[in-house]
Amino acid sequence: MLGWIRTLHERGVLGMNERNTEYIMRLNPRRLYPLVDDKLRTKELAIAAGIAVPQLYGVIRTEHDIGSLAELVSNTQDFAIKPAHGSGGDGIMVVAGRSPRTPDIYRLVDGTLVTDSAIGFHLSNILAGQFSLGGHRDVALLEYCIKVDPIFAEHCFQGVPDIRVIVVRGYPIMAMIRLPTRRSRGKANLHQGAVGAGMDIATGVTTWGVIGNDKVVEHPDTGAPIAGLAIPRWDYLLTLAARGYELTGLGYIGVDIVLDRQFGPLILELNARPGLNIQICNRAGLRHRAERAMALPEEPDIAARVARSRELFAAAAMPAAA
Amino acid sequence: MSRFKLMVLALVLAAIGLGLFAYKVRVLGYPLRPDAEARIWTVETRVAFEAASGPVKASLFIPNLTPGFAILDENFVSRDFGFTTQYVSGGRQVQWAVRQAEGLRALYYRVVVYRDPVRQETDTTPPFPPVPKLAEPFNTAMEMLVERVRGLSADPASFTAELLKRLARPNGDQDIELLLGDAPDAVDRARTAMTVLAAASIPARLVRGIRMAERERDAEILPWLEVHDGERWLYFDPVTGREGLPEDFLIWWRGEDPLVQVDGANAVEAGFSIHSSVADPIIVARRRAEVHEDGLAEFSLFALPIQSQAVYGVLLAVPIGALLVVLLRNVIGLQTFGTFMPVLIAMAFRETQLLWGVLLFSLLVFIGLSIRFYMEKLRLLLVPRLAAVLTIVVLLMVLVSLLSHRLGFEIGLSVGLFPMVIMTMTIERMSIVWEERGPGDAIKQGLGSLTVAAGCYLIMGLALVEHLVFVFPELLLVTLAATLLLGRYTGYRLTELVRFRELREGN
Repeated sequence: MLGWIRTLHERGVLGMNERNTEYIMRLNPRRLYPLVDDKLRTKELAIAAGIAVPQLYGVIRTEHDIGSLAELVSNTQDFAIKPAHGSGGDGIMVVAGRSPRTPDIYRLVDGTLVTDSAIGFHLSNILAGQFSLGGHRDVALLEYCIKVDPIFAEHCFQGVPDIRVIVVRGYPIMAMIRLPTRRSRGKANLHQGAVGAGMDIATGVTTWGVIGNDKVVEHPDTGAPIAGLAIPRWDYLLTLAARGYELTGLGYIGVDIVLDRQFGPLILELNARPGLNIQICNRAGLRHRAERAMALPEEPDIAARVARSRELFAAAAMPAAA
Repeated sequence: MSRFKLMVLALVLAAIGLGLFAYKVRVLGYPLRPDAEARIWTVETRVAFEAASGPVKASLFIPNLTPGFAILDENFVSRDFGFTTQYVSGGRQVQWAVRQAEGLRALYYRVVVYRDPVRQETDTTPPFPPVPKLAEPFNTAMEMLVERVRGLSADPASFTAELLKRLARPNGDQDIELLLGDAPDAVDRARTAMTVLAAASIPARLVRGIRMAERERDAEILPWLEVHDGERWLYFDPVTGREGLPEDFLIWWRGEDPLVQVDGANAVEAGFSIHSSVADPIIVARRRAEVHEDGLAEFSLFALPIQSQAVYGVLLAVPIGALLVVLLRNVIGLQTFGTFMPVLIAMAFRETQLLWGVLLFSLLVFIGLSIRFYMEKLRLLLVPRLAAVLTIVVLLMVLVSLLSHRLGFEIGLSVGLFPMVIMTMTIERMSIVWEERGPGDAIKQGLGSLTVAAGCYLIMGLALVEHLVFVFPELLLVTLAATLLLGRYTGYRLTELVRFRELREGN
């Protein structure tokens, strides 16, 4: 077992304890957490800074507001409901459309039909804090529903793939893409069975994929090869991620970005305690990279930071674990 | 830097905790084990005499310097006699006096002693004795004997041992037979030895004491020999010459003076009776702390009312459970519902016992969860839903108690001690995890909670642990130090070795 520990350590695999004490506690001042824990504040910050985010249709703050749902989304067929303080994708409900003849029936993204009272119940659970950290009262956001970019047509089953970039002191150090599957019921959640694929920071091309801990070569539902998928506008996407540092002041964040058919890369949310599974998807440890990023100088020029990252953390430059 | 500060802080806390602990164990003799018993001996001295009409003054030696023993309590029973205690050359004396006494009178002195291995002789170094001048032929015999014994010994200890051996078995040695005289008893041997030792310039004292026994009606006063080797007093059996003081030998007084002296009376008799008993070692230790004039005794939890003591007996074990939770979560990597929920469940297990506790807990959670899933269909608001689950948990507790009582399982009654709010939150969180992450995660976390609770129960319920934290609450400082250090543990969790297995395989 000591051998296992040594191997993991040599390969720079970051454990939960080390992530918490050495990076999160050191780089993320607690007073800044609300900026990212509250998606509404993140969104307001991003809009003020001119960063692209999904459009906000409205906010449901009280039980009374639930009645005005139909009014808030009257201009759109589809929308997403999110708890402002949700984590790990919990509590998100995506409405794909409404029947013109029976306006109180909504069609969800997985094809199920629900009544407006079911949606009202979900909203009231969000408000009561069922999905928020610590069970505090929460608000629900009504957002633009992301339209999947056609490049992912072969790579996801329903839902929207999202790209997670770990950014240390403004330097993007590791990235992965999460591809929804039938098993994850269209959600881009690794623990629910979505495919996680490692990405080369230098090129924006996927390297390999895993479901849970198992290596996968093809998407389980579509059969498309996981490796070799190139994300367009990669440099812009990394810049978007790197700007999360200036936006929040947090030195260790996970930035979640989606590609919209119409609006291009949009920041979905920021995470002050990003998970460690990204290491499994990339078959590489985070620690070596984080240590390198820690040693880099404070660099106000975002483009310079991204360029430095692409050179330092290229798959060819980093010793891969497997 | 901050890591260094943390280390220092933890070290200081641990040092204070362990220091107090060591002091209480070594010096005050607090028991390390819960089943320890302290043996105490009660020695009663009875001085009886026939008073001639008139004033009576009686003096009796009482224990003072008693290596290996310490006095727990003493009292003087002397109806209409005034008494004072004073220090004299032979030790300590009690003096009884009365203006007018008549007839048969008895005075009592009772002392309770306990064994105190720490207690040693604290005497000053005595001066060298004057060389005795004896009449011939004794003087020559003494000098010859000193000469011979000195040739066969190296220091005061070996001199004394050799001398006593020869006194015990003269083997026709004329000088010794001359010095000992006819039919010598133990005291005579000791006195002869002291004379010869004085001739060799070795300070020696005659001590008298009694041996502590289980029960003795009339204990015998035995002489012992104390010899100073320049640094400390050594003890010798004047009859066998063996060195050392028997464990059960209580030194009563020193020197040549008689045990008891009574003026104004005759037919004086003095007798010792002993009986031994066991006492709570805590009483002995607290008494010892008082004797040592130690403030610790007043800060002890034993100063609290009994009911508060019982409460703290449970509460003090909680940090131990919390430390275990830290270990299991941060070092092993088990997942639980709620951080310290397992500790609270473990406290409930104290009443139900482990097996029944686990069964009842699982039963309650299982039924509660089924009902909670049904409630999901009713679409209740969060707080009313929690209140409803809480009500159901309470109803289930009542039901389980009634059923088990009906069936004759009295243990089922203790289900009422489960923290119902905690149970409610567990059921609620478990159902949410079940919905959001799937039954696998929910059951994993449920089993994790139960494992940690069982571990906490086993650790917190150990009689030894309970005893240690109650008698030595300062050990919690050591627990705190360990918790602080674990707070900066950056190593992998055991479960991460499995979680990241793909990353350690292959090249």
